[in-house]
Amino acid sequence: MTAIDPTAHLSGEQIEELGRELDAIRDGVIAARGEKDAAYIRKVISAQRGLELASRGVLLFSAFPPAWLIGTAGLSVAKILENMEIGHNVLHGQWDWMRDPKIHSTTWDWDHVSPAEQWKHSHNELHHTYTNVIGKDNDLGYGIMRVDEDQKWHPLHLGQPLWNFLNACFFEYGIAAYDLELGNNLDKHRRKDPEFRARAKAVGRKIRKQVLKDYVVHPLLSGPSFLSTLAATFTANLVRNLWSHSVIMCGHFPEGVQVFERRSIERETRGQWYLRQMMGSANISGSKAMHFMTGNLSHQIEHHLFPDLPSNRYAEIAVKVRALFEKYELDYVTGPLPKQVFSAWHKVFRLSLPNKKSKVKTAAPERKLVVT
Amino acid sequence: MRSAALRGRAWKLLETVTTPLLPSDYLDLVSPLRAGAELRGRIEAVHPETGDAATLVIRPGRGWRGHTAGQYVRIGVDVEGVRLWRAYSLTSPTDRRDGRVTITVKAIPGGKVSNHLVRRAQPGTLIRLDQATGEFVLPKPKPAKVLYLTAGSGITPVMGMLRDTEFDDVVMVHSAPRPQDVIFRNDLHDLVAEKKLRLTELHTATDGMLDIARLDELVPDWAERETWACGPAGLLDAAEAHWTEQGVQERLHTERFRPSVVVSGDGGEVTFRTTGKIVDADGATPLLDVGEEAGVLMPSGCRMGICYGCVTPLKAGAVRDLRTGEITEAEPGVLIQTCVSAAAGPCDIER
Ligand code: FES
Repeated sequence: MTAIDPTAHLSGEQIEELGRELDAIRDGVIAARGEKDAAYIRKVISAQRGLELASRGVLLFSAFPPAWLIGTAGLSVAKILENMEIGHNVLHGQWDWMRDPKIHSTTWDWDHVSPAEQWKHSHNELHHTYTNVIGKDNDLGYGIMRVDEDQKWHPLHLGQPLWNFLNACFFEYGIAAYDLELGNNLDKHRRKDPEFRARAKAVGRKIRKQVLKDYVVHPLLSGPSFLSTLAATFTANLVRNLWSHSVIMCGHFPEGVQVFERRSIERETRGQWYLRQMMGSANISGSKAMHFMTGNLSHQIEHHLFPDLPSNRYAEIAVKVRALFEKYELDYVTGPLPKQVFSAWHKVFRLSLPNKKSKVKTAAPERKLVVT
Repeated sequence: MRSAALRGRAWKLLETVTTPLLPSDYLDLVSPLRAGAELRGRIEAVHPETGDAATLVIRPGRGWRGHTAGQYVRIGVDVEGVRLWRAYSLTSPTDRRDGRVTITVKAIPGGKVSNHLVRRAQPGTLIRLDQATGEFVLPKPKPAKVLYLTAGSGITPVMGMLRDTEFDDVVMVHSAPRPQDVIFRNDLHDLVAEKKLRLTELHTATDGMLDIARLDELVPDWAERETWACGPAGLLDAAEAHWTEQGVQERLHTERFRPSVVVSGDGGEVTFRTTGKIVDADGATPLLDVGEEAGVLMPSGCRMGICYGCVTPLKAGAVRDLRTGEITEAEPGVLIQTCVSAAAGPCDIER
C-alpha cells in the first residue's frame, strides 16, 4: 500500500475516455459472442459431469489404493471445475444470453453449501458493485480479517493467519456463513428476524443435502470401501476449498491492489467505476490450463470489468485491457500463482499486527483513491 | 401403485446421489431422447424442397404424443448459440411407420431461425420440441367435399392433411410466385395424376394475386365445401370477409402463422402482468425504475447491469438495452435485466 494515489495523473476527461474504450471492448465481445462460445460451455459442462461420474465410479473401489488416488484426483478436479469455470460463471449470468434454461443464472445450483441465491446477492451484487470499498465490500477480508492498513486493528486480528488457514480448509462453509452475514446476525434480535431465519434454513437444507451426498450416500454405495470413499470425498472437498481460496485471495489481496473510501464512490461515473475495478483487482499469470482451472478468475481484472462476459473470452480481452493499462500508465497487478499467493498471505500476516508508526504518520486522510 | 411408489422412492434416492443436479442431467448426456426426458428431437435429414424451403426429418423423443394432421409444433433451435423458438406445421402423415415427423420450413428474408434451418441445419443436431398443438385440423366424421385454399408456405399444414387423410372430393387452390417456388410441387402433381386431388396452381409473379372473387369461377361450388385456408394475412382476411358475406363462415377454417407483429419503438405502455399495473414509459427510463415508481415490487441488485439480480420474464412486446441499443423481443423463456432495459414499444413484464 502506497501513500500515493496511483491514478492521480489522470484527468476526469481521461477517465471517461478510458470508460468509453472499455465499453467498446465489451461491445466487441458481445457482438462476436455466438455458437463457439455456447459449444464451449456445453463441452465443459458435459466433460465435468463425465469426469465427476467416472471419478465417483472409480471410488466405489477406493479400498484399492490406486483407485483411491485416481478417484480422489478426478473428483477434486471435477469439483474445482464445477465451482469455478462453471458455477461461478453461470451464476454471474455469463451464459444467460444463450437462453438455455439449463445453463442460466436463475436456475443453476452448484456443488457448494451456499445456496446460489444467497451467494449471488453477496457476491454479484455487493462485492462486484462495491469492489474494495472499505465498509461496503465485505470480501475485503471476509469480515474476519484485516487486509488493508486503513481497516481498524483489533487484538483479535492477531489470530488472523490461523482464521485464514481454517477458512481456506473449509472455504465453502466460510462462504455460506459469510453470505448469511452470520457475524452480524448472531445477536438476539437479528437471529429472530424471519428473513434471516428463512435464509439460514435454506443454508441448512443445502448443507444437509451436500453432506448426505458426499459423506453418507456415496460412501454407502461403495459398500466395503465406505471409509476410503468417505476419506476421498473429504479430501476432494479440501483440495477444492484450498484451491479456490488461494485463487480468490489472489484476486484482491496481493500487494499493489488499491482499496477505496466510502466517500470515493459517491456519484461515481461509469469511467470511475471501471477505474476502481482496474485498480482493485489482481491477476494470476500462467498457462491455459492454469486459467481453466481457476475458472478464468486468473483474469480477475477483466472479470471485474466485465463480470457477465463469457469466461472463455477473458484471455483475449486481457490483451486489450492490458494495453489500456499501459496507455493510461496504470499498474496491472499480476504474477504467477505462488508469488501472488505468497503476497496475499504475507499481507494477512503483516496486518495481523497494528500498523507501524511511520505508516500511520504518512497516511493522510485524503491519500486514498478519491476520484472526483 | 406399489411399483410406482417404489420407483418414486428410488428416484428420490438417485436425487440424493446427484444433488445439486438431477439424475436427468446425467442421463441427458447419454440418452437425450429417452422417455421421461424433457422433450427433444434429433434432426435426421434435411431435404431441400425449393430454393428457399426444406423439409426436416425429425426423430422425436419417447415422450412425443403424436399429432393430428394440420397441427404445428414449436421447436427450440440454437442459432449462433442462442436458443430461439418457432412454430412450424407438421407435414408428415400421422401414421408414419418409422415414428419420425417432418416439418417444412421456408426461409423468410431476415428470418434467423428459418434461414438457419433451411441452409445450415445439420443431421444429428438435437432440438427442443413441444407437443403438437393447433386447432387447424380435420373434423371427424370426414366432410364430403373439401377445399384447400393456400398460398406460399401456407401449403405446409395442408400438405400434412393431404398426406394423412384421403377425401373423395377435394379441390385445392394454391398460389406461389413462380412454378419453382411451389413447395411440394411434385407431390401435388402426383396426387393430381392419381386423381386424388384437383389442383389450381396460380403463379402470382405472372398472374398477380388471387382475387377472392375469382373463386366462383375456379371452384364454383366453394360455398358448399368445408374449407381450410392458410397463407398470408391478406388472403385470409379476404377469405374471411368473402365467406362471411355469403353467410357460410362456419365452413371456413383459417390458420395464421404470425398472429401478432411486435412493434418496436421508443417507449410505450408497460404492463406489469402479475400486479395488473399499466403505465406509460419513455424509451430512456429503465423498466426497474418504471415498475418501482408504479409501486410494483421489482427484484433488483446493483442497478447497473452487472449482478443479474433483476432478471424478469418479458411476456410480450420489445425492450431496448440501454447500453447497446439492442432490441429484445418477447419469446417464451426470454428474460431481461430490467435495470438496463427500457420499453421499446408496448411491453408486458411478469411482475
Ligand atoms: S440490478 Fe443488477 S443487473 Fe439489474
